Amino acid sequence: MLLNTLLLALREIRRNLLRSFLTILGIVIGVSAVITMVTLGNGATRAVQQQIAALGTNLLMIMPGQRLGPGRSSAGAPTFKEADVEAIRQQIGGVNVVAPQLMSSVTLVANGRNWSSTINGTSNEYFISNNWTLVSGRQFEEAEERAGSAVCVIGETVRRELYGSASALEVLGQPLRIKNFSCEIIGVLLSKGQSGMGSDQDNMVVMPLRTVQRRISGSQRVDVLLVSLQDGSDSERVKASLTNLLRERRNLSDTDEDNFNILDTRQFADAMAGTTQVMTMLLGAVAGVSLLVGGIGIMNIMLVSVTERTREIGIRLAIGALEREVLLQFLIEAVALAALGGLIGVVLATLASLALSAIMQMPYVFNLGINVLSFAFSAAIGVVFGYFPARRAARLDPIEALRHE
Amino acid sequence: MSSTPEDNLPLIRLRGLTKVYGQGQAAFQALKGVDLDIEAGDFVAIMGPSGSGKSTVMNTLGCLDTPTGGEYLFHGLHVERLGRDQRARLRRRYLGFVFQGFNLLARTSAQENVELPLLYRGEPAAARHRAARAALASVGLDGWEHHTPAELSGGQQQRVAIARAIVTEPEVLLADEPTGNLDTQRSHEIMELLWRLNDEQGITVLMVTHEPDMAQYARRIVHFVDGRIDSDTRNPQPAALARRAANTASVASAEGAN
Ligand SMILES: Nc1ncnc2c1ncn2[C@@H]1O[C@H](COP(=O)(O)OP(=O)(O)O)[C@@H](O)[C@H]1O
Ligand SMILES: [Mg+2]
Repeated sequence: MLLNTLLLALREIRRNLLRSFLTILGIVIGVSAVITMVTLGNGATRAVQQQIAALGTNLLMIMPGQRLGPGRSSAGAPTFKEADVEAIRQQIGGVNVVAPQLMSSVTLVANGRNWSSTINGTSNEYFISNNWTLVSGRQFEEAEERAGSAVCVIGETVRRELYGSASALEVLGQPLRIKNFSCEIIGVLLSKGQSGMGSDQDNMVVMPLRTVQRRISGSQRVDVLLVSLQDGSDSERVKASLTNLLRERRNLSDTDEDNFNILDTRQFADAMAGTTQVMTMLLGAVAGVSLLVGGIGIMNIMLVSVTERTREIGIRLAIGALEREVLLQFLIEAVALAALGGLIGVVLATLASLALSAIMQMPYVFNLGINVLSFAFSAAIGVVFGYFPARRAARLDPIEALRHE
Repeated sequence: MSSTPEDNLPLIRLRGLTKVYGQGQAAFQALKGVDLDIEAGDFVAIMGPSGSGKSTVMNTLGCLDTPTGGEYLFHGLHVERLGRDQRARLRRRYLGFVFQGFNLLARTSAQENVELPLLYRGEPAAARHRAARAALASVGLDGWEHHTPAELSGGQQQRVAIARAIVTEPEVLLADEPTGNLDTQRSHEIMELLWRLNDEQGITVLMVTHEPDMAQYARRIVHFVDGRIDSDTRNPQPAALARRAANTASVASAEGAN
């Protein structure tokens, strides 16, 4: 009986191709829209979370210049000195590491190839404050930092563009030409990919601060101070004592404005994460509407065909079908359509999410919950509106079902 | 079902059958106590004015509807006491239906329509195909197996419906105004077909009609008026027999003139 009923149900689906197609379409649209939207939202959130992680745990960036905002200028504001690093390290509590930073845009030359990149003059603390890991080689030795030796740690992009097929291990010890001097590669950084702003974080060469000061910038200045906080330390308190210390060291009187800025990357990242979460919810809500519209579409199609189906049920009952045979047939039909539609929806959503994530350069995050939820919701609509009118009809006397107008 | 409690029982026996539609103020008594015996192999035409209860009694006989009161014995079995599923089993085992409006499944081939009752009986595919093709052939629809109802004329659709009704080899064929939607020519063809089923295959035929010409094909004519049987007469010479006799006579006289 089950086999026969299955046969009947499948035949019914084929016989009513348009109705079946529209039902499936409603489910497909609903399911795929919700899954795609939520998956993309999840991907965006994940991207922001990864950037937060990449920034390091609670990092303060101190830059010279008047207050942040439109029209701010660092012109005229004195830069930092290497001694500031030591002062912060010794006088401020709750600080994990402090790293200086001196950046410079350069053209690198190696293997007969040119590549535009950024030189980052800093110390070993930078690897900690900004969460960098080495895939090969080593950090700077104290002597190298003190002496400003010509050694460098390169980012993955620099390795790929200049050394191509040479692996992270093979490039160790090779020379890298910058302006008029050559440095030795002592390490390669683990790739971090793009930053939230879309710049390539791996396109960078890290050198000891003094090397950059002497050989590239030709000055004693430090552009940025990176201060990473200990877990659980109060960033507001640290910021306040940093401000006091720096005002003192920069000889500002009580009436002078700060001539430096402290940027809390955590606050920045939190704001961004909050935005993406709101965006995910918004997308989800829009998609929820399409799920609902799809559901109403299914409902409509099913209700429109109720008259025809009621008469059909009357015929089946008259020629000897049992009530439960008719019901089983309609149930199988509804479940088959809903399952097929749901499956197509999930597949489409996965393809669309993968493609869109790739285009938007976001991670693809598979969300089992939303897949199951949207599938179940659409399938339930399909089954409820396919099955329940049939159940009502199958409970009529056959002659009443046949009379149905 | 094979053991009948009383050997002298007819195939069908109605006793004091009543049917009330609706309730309270709106209640309407369509059958007011019908007594009727039908023997196996008979061909009964039920006639009467519109609203006299013909369809109501047919639907009850066909186990499609339940009576309000009285008894309906089929093979000695009290149908009025049966549940829905038991009545459905009775229908698929013993009864075949032909309706005025054909009631074929739309967008479904003649072959599939005819196979449907066999499917509910659980017949294997090969047997279904064979039986359906044979049934269609027996109603003169060779070569029309793959046409859908929309591609068939009214007369052809009714033939498909008859094929569907007889494919299970029922004991009783119930037809409520089977020629009601057909022109005269087509109507006579359908009646010839019903006659053959009765005469050659011994199927008991119960038919509602309001056309006296069509009723003349039956062996027995029952008149309903206002929910009661008004008259019940045997037809001394059913139309098909009469025509055959006339043909034979004219052939004989033609031969005699030679
Ligand atoms: N489902 C129904 N509900 C209410 N009244 C009905 C119903 N079916 C039939 N009737 C009434 O019962 C009477 C007999 O109907 P029916 O048996 O169909 O008559 P006939 O077939 O002889 O024309 C009619 O007056 C009709 O209006
Ligand atoms: Mg009628």
